[in-house]
Amino acid sequence: MQDPNKNSESPVSDFVDHDEIREYNTLNLGPTHPATHGVFQNVMTMDGEFVIDTRQTIGYIHRAFEKLAERRPFYQITPITDRLNYCSAPLNNLGWHMTVEKLLGIEMPKRVDYLRVIIMELARIGDHNICNSVIGVDSGALTGFVYLFQQREKIYEIYEEICGSRLTTNMGRIGGLERDFSWDAWKKIGAFLDSYPGVLKEFEKLLKRNRIFMERTIGVGPISAERAMAYGFTGPNLRAAGVDYDVRVMNPYASYEDFDFDIPLGTQGDTYDRFMVRQEEMWQSLSIIRQALEKLDRMDDKTTFHADVPAYYLPEKEKVYNDMEALIYHFKIVMGETDIPVGEVYHCVEGANGELGFYLVSEGGRTPFRLHFRRPCFIYYQAYPEMVKGSMLSDAVLTMSSLNVIAGELDA
Amino acid sequence: MFTVKEALDTLTLQQLSHEFGDSILAHEFSYDMMSITVEKEAFLAVIRHLYEDHNLAFRFLTTLCGMHYPDKEKALGLVVHLHSFTNNHRIRIKVFTTDADPHFPSLTSLFPTANWMERETWDFFGIVFDGHPGLTRILNIDDFEGFPLRKDFPLEDQTREDKDDTMFGR
Amino acid sequence: MIEFAKAPDGYSGKGFFVTSFEKAIGLARKNSLWPLPFATSCCGIEFMATMGATYDLARFGSERLSFSPRQSDLLMVMGTIAKKMGPVLKEVYIQMAEPKWVLSVGACASSGGIFDTYSVLQGIDRIIPVDVYVPGCPPRPEQIIDGILKIQELVGKESLRRRHSPEYEALLNQYDIE
Repeated sequence: MQDPNKNSESPVSDFVDHDEIREYNTLNLGPTHPATHGVFQNVMTMDGEFVIDTRQTIGYIHRAFEKLAERRPFYQITPITDRLNYCSAPLNNLGWHMTVEKLLGIEMPKRVDYLRVIIMELARIGDHNICNSVIGVDSGALTGFVYLFQQREKIYEIYEEICGSRLTTNMGRIGGLERDFSWDAWKKIGAFLDSYPGVLKEFEKLLKRNRIFMERTIGVGPISAERAMAYGFTGPNLRAAGVDYDVRVMNPYASYEDFDFDIPLGTQGDTYDRFMVRQEEMWQSLSIIRQALEKLDRMDDKTTFHADVPAYYLPEKEKVYNDMEALIYHFKIVMGETDIPVGEVYHCVEGANGELGFYLVSEGGRTPFRLHFRRPCFIYYQAYPEMVKGSMLSDAVLTMSSLNVIAGELDA
Repeated sequence: MFTVKEALDTLTLQQLSHEFGDSILAHEFSYDMMSITVEKEAFLAVIRHLYEDHNLAFRFLTTLCGMHYPDKEKALGLVVHLHSFTNNHRIRIKVFTTDADPHFPSLTSLFPTANWMERETWDFFGIVFDGHPGLTRILNIDDFEGFPLRKDFPLEDQTREDKDDTMFGR
Repeated sequence: MIEFAKAPDGYSGKGFFVTSFEKAIGLARKNSLWPLPFATSCCGIEFMATMGATYDLARFGSERLSFSPRQSDLLMVMGTIAKKMGPVLKEVYIQMAEPKWVLSVGACASSGGIFDTYSVLQGIDRIIPVDVYVPGCPPRPEQIIDGILKIQELVGKESLRRRHSPEYEALLNQYDIE
């Protein structure tokens, strides 16, 4: 095992090489290598099986989100945020809506907040689902992937009931949600809460104390808390290194302060810790969803699904066709004739990979003057060379999948 | 909304005004965060002070991004969001420069994470960071011409022929 | 019930079956396509769902993903192809052995989709020839499967001589592929 705090001067620490001649070779990993789950290029200098240095190239799916956002009205930016971290699109959608609501000064009713919490925690489970099962795949255990992906399909079905779409959800509106949860949605959420813990437990049993998996992941790709902070890590990857920073607790949004949950922490910051932190977060998310359901049950209000802000909330289609007032507001919002205050806000939510931030500058027009996304993947992926220095190539691949770098978020 | 911490905001501002005097050009409080505009020459020193001071302890660089105001005299800007984990306090620092002199000091000596953020800012806005270890394009191809996030850069792909200008208002 | 692939037209008698080479080879090719998933973004996640237990692409003889271009028959391009990625995609296509087919999954790969921006290639058919387009942003797994079925139809009917014809050469020359 490697000591995470050890200085990386001597990259191949435990390996004694008696060969006088040292020959480095260059290995090009990516940009379409199947082991990397996305489009990242790493040009590695190798000493046999060991990685000496890595040069990263990114930008292979740069799609110009920030520039696009400057040309689109606020409500049309939601589809762009879908495609940031497409494994957990609703988190991005709702994070964006909350940013605009902050700019507009809209107070959300509690019920909407709780509905949002349910959606966001489902999305978190879905994202960690992919990440953890892919760590399994990269260490040679395909079974877990098949198990968990079946559950992810169930989450997709819930999304479909809520918003009609599977992956790129475009969920919610500025000022609330587009519709209340349907009866089927409640039923499916209930069924998911019943069936998922069993599957997750089974998955955990497959890997958690699995000798092969432990040997492959413990001590692999470690990062110390200081280095992680210096590199701007957030989310599960920072928590695996032992820093208890979670936006949901530090800067609660969407009434997260009403919920009681733990922040799982790691100690080594290695691949196994990242896996375990994500695993525990899924259990915590399940508990948060249950709490939200309980709170909603106890509430007198059973129908509110958006704030009462007709000037900003895009009305339902039915009302637009039958109601004069709704038609006028719809027209005004779509044609960009609502007054957007001048100002700048920064808002962040705990995305699946860390602090997902939106820095929005409005000059009062129909579109943002500037919108900058704080993309957690982009920020922490630059620590990758430091993390894999001296490790074996196969471990480097595992480290990358445990970081859960999503190409869409990385390249914007 | 982040919790507003007035006492800390005042303390930060007092300390900065005391240390840097006239280099602190403006400050405003918008929504839940204080923004401080500083003189370009003092920029690195201000950030260093915020980083090193034990009471303020802004040790986490949340994000760094460029700005472009084509109508202003100082057209190019840099916005830095800092976060103090110990105080759970956030602050925004802004600094501006003219088009003719697009140079800012690099923050990589304080925050290794600034490396890619600055490369992205160079790629998007053409802002040069003095002291950066390897300022090259990051998201666009190496021989890309122009700086796409400047306001005068066209968004659309220029090679498309199927889109009619009269219909799409390009 | 397991349903086998239908035998092509031909003459059969006691202990023999006669058909043309073209049909027999078409049948074999069509039901054992080795796809190369060139997944870059969101559509790639839907492809994962297609491969997963619920939709199960294995039903169509395509579960054997070939990550080496040299051994694959079908290039599935899923997701946005940026201009930076374009040359890489073309290289992968050139490396594939004949006969090869291309399936363009999703709006981005087919036309650039919502990303009409300076950095995105406006459809992969600008650099490589495409056989079947699947619309959607992202398409549902059913649509991806439908696309593969369409490819199978093409593969089954393709003449053995097609890849040697001057028309095919002219097509590749259009894309500067020798």
